[in-house]
Amino acid sequence: MKLPERIILEHGSGGALSRQLTEQLIYPVLKNEHYTELNDATAFHSSGRTLITTDTYVVDPPFFPGGDIGTLGVFGTCNDLAVCAARPRYLTMGLVLEEGFAIADLRRALESVREAAKRAEVRVISGDTKVVPSGKGGGIYMNTTGVGEALGEHILSSGNIRGGDAVLISGPVGSHGLAILAAREELKIGSALRSDCAPLFPLCEALYDLGGDLRFMRDATRGGAAAVLNETVSASEKYGLEIVETDFPITGAVAAAADLLGLNPLEIANEGVFIAVVADAAADRAVARLRAFDIGAKACRIGTVGERWPGKVILETAVGGKRILDLPRGLLLPRIC
Amino acid sequence: MCLAVPMKIMKILDDGRAVVAQDELETEVDLTLIDNPRVGDYVIIHAGYAIDLLDMAEAEERLQIFRSLEESG
Amino acid sequence: MSSPFQQSLHDRRLAAPLIEQIHESAGRISRTVRIMEVCGTHTVAIRRSGVHSLMPQNMLLLSGPGCPVCVTPTAYIDNALSLLHDSRVTIVSFGDMLKVPGSDGKNLAAYMGAGRVRIVYSPAELTSIARGSSGPVVFLAIGFETTIPTVAAAYLHARRAGVDNLFLYTAFKTVPPALHALLDSPDRNLDGFLLPGHVSVIIGEHPYRFLENTGGVPGVITGFEPLDLLRGIAALVKQIERGEQRVENAYRRAVRPEGNPKAREISRQLLEPSDALWRGFGTIPASGLSLRADYMDADARLHFSLPDLRNIEPAGCSCAQVLQGRVRPIDCPLFANACTPESPVGPCMVSSEGTCAASFRYGDTPL
Repeated sequence: MKLPERIILEHGSGGALSRQLTEQLIYPVLKNEHYTELNDATAFHSSGRTLITTDTYVVDPPFFPGGDIGTLGVFGTCNDLAVCAARPRYLTMGLVLEEGFAIADLRRALESVREAAKRAEVRVISGDTKVVPSGKGGGIYMNTTGVGEALGEHILSSGNIRGGDAVLISGPVGSHGLAILAAREELKIGSALRSDCAPLFPLCEALYDLGGDLRFMRDATRGGAAAVLNETVSASEKYGLEIVETDFPITGAVAAAADLLGLNPLEIANEGVFIAVVADAAADRAVARLRAFDIGAKACRIGTVGERWPGKVILETAVGGKRILDLPRGLLLPRIC
Repeated sequence: MCLAVPMKIMKILDDGRAVVAQDELETEVDLTLIDNPRVGDYVIIHAGYAIDLLDMAEAEERLQIFRSLEESG
Repeated sequence: MSSPFQQSLHDRRLAAPLIEQIHESAGRISRTVRIMEVCGTHTVAIRRSGVHSLMPQNMLLLSGPGCPVCVTPTAYIDNALSLLHDSRVTIVSFGDMLKVPGSDGKNLAAYMGAGRVRIVYSPAELTSIARGSSGPVVFLAIGFETTIPTVAAAYLHARRAGVDNLFLYTAFKTVPPALHALLDSPDRNLDGFLLPGHVSVIIGEHPYRFLENTGGVPGVITGFEPLDLLRGIAALVKQIERGEQRVENAYRRAVRPEGNPKAREISRQLLEPSDALWRGFGTIPASGLSLRADYMDADARLHFSLPDLRNIEPAGCSCAQVLQGRVRPIDCPLFANACTPESPVGPCMVSSEGTCAASFRYGDTPL
């Protein structure tokens, strides 16, 4: 029986049509050595300390320059493991599809999942699909839960940071959020804006090698660099961050688009960038290691852990002034004012 | 109340619009509010409209003044 | 702009002599110098660029009423929300208005998901949005002189193209009458104005000339990049130091003395001056723009019988005082406790350009 063109409610009800969807589309695209049968549960082995994380992706639009919900669903969850110094190994994938969603689009998203999983060296080993009535969903929503193996005993935490530590960033800021905004609002803003969606594990692994000199890592997703920087010190009574605005790498296209829309690149989401805090003495080595990777080519130091303004992130501006770099607040919307 | 940015006219389109660019970013704007736009002109963009041309000679002159202040300081 | 030029406007070495000039000038003035930056975009630019932190101790930079969101009465949002009771109506707005709470705390953003409210970056999109909708499309037409011609051009274009389901809910405001109101208020305490650079692109230098009359103060038309800000402030402080009272244009690359007559003409085709209700100021005569008689059929207020606007301030809110530059955000008892960007009480905290939001987010005391 041929697959229909669009998802209907019955595809989620567990009956014949559900089975057809799984057998004819989902399983053939995603099968791997761990996912060889359609069972209720999949067995796997994991060595040492194991980490688990989950994330749900509701990106609108689901397909955008530089990636799609499938790419995001894999890399996003893998990156959460990577910055906690865990090697991503397995993913589950839960889908909520809206009645009327095109099967061709589903295939496209699944193929992206497969390609991303290959690139991130993970396996999708369990999944589920549900369908909601038309109007009750965003076309396609995806949840992925990721399991990874801890690289070592040294645990990363913002509590590890010390005065004088270096704050590093792995790449240029603002690409992902702007690409999504431009695609969603159909801003005719040229093709220069693309999501930076990418797997960060190899870079994180390279830094983990620094041992105790690596204090903390976090990927700069929602809320951008500003959110992560604030998270790093907001609970600290002793430490704050002193960051230099002109040290952030940024592409010309992102800078121009952010100016045009009245947005701050430091507050815009990234999907292929993380922030790391390392001991000052290890900073140069750490940057060199990151730059050995394509997506780390622009890695650099952006600031220092200080004790003058505990709990806060202070930005030194281009003209030498100082101001607070606050948490982003509210929706990312283009402004005229 | 007035976020506006300068961009350069790259191409004038048929329908009263133009393609403008800054660095690698290209976008389209409406030229209704300005007179005699030409390719190569710099315009200020607000809410998708060019609201005026930029006087590049003045811009250069001002930059020279800033530079001379720095040197004499 | 070519990148090197833009970059030079952020150059620390070029900024240094201007900063020094400001300090020297202010140093020779023995009292606190009170400068009002009229425009909300200046409020944000001065703080975001760090220029605020570089100013002398005896300089007070006060924020004024040039924030279209801040000076729009809550009743406008209430009326806009009431339009949604008609299921055929779509509201279109700039992003800036989406989070402003109406008097019961609801905002327009809540309706975006269902497609009842759409945001645009440019009013140029209105023609296609109206064409694509079977019901009435109402545009929330707020803004100052920078924005007004863009809305006028967009509406006239739509009209000429045969669109007949597009309505404008106007709450446009103009700057010079507000400056009059600020100067005329009894215990005003201002030494000078930083005048809005992009509004001036449209209106030119002439509408500010009254500042040179008796009872006026110096005003400097200022741009928005860090070096533009420093240049404008330096020029203003120098005038104040010397007791001068001139309207000066420190943004010549963008502002012609005559402004942009074509843009003004296009606005005039559609709009004419009318009284307007400003939050914080009450009604300022001839400070708004409404549709001319020929275009009244497009007036949302008329077509949908929307109630007139009134000013109702939330209890304890100091926005009215803040907008006039009489009270600083930190002086408001609600600031940073009951009133934050997440749970704003008044518009000065809601708007991305609001004085209180800027103070909260960027810090107001030099670090």
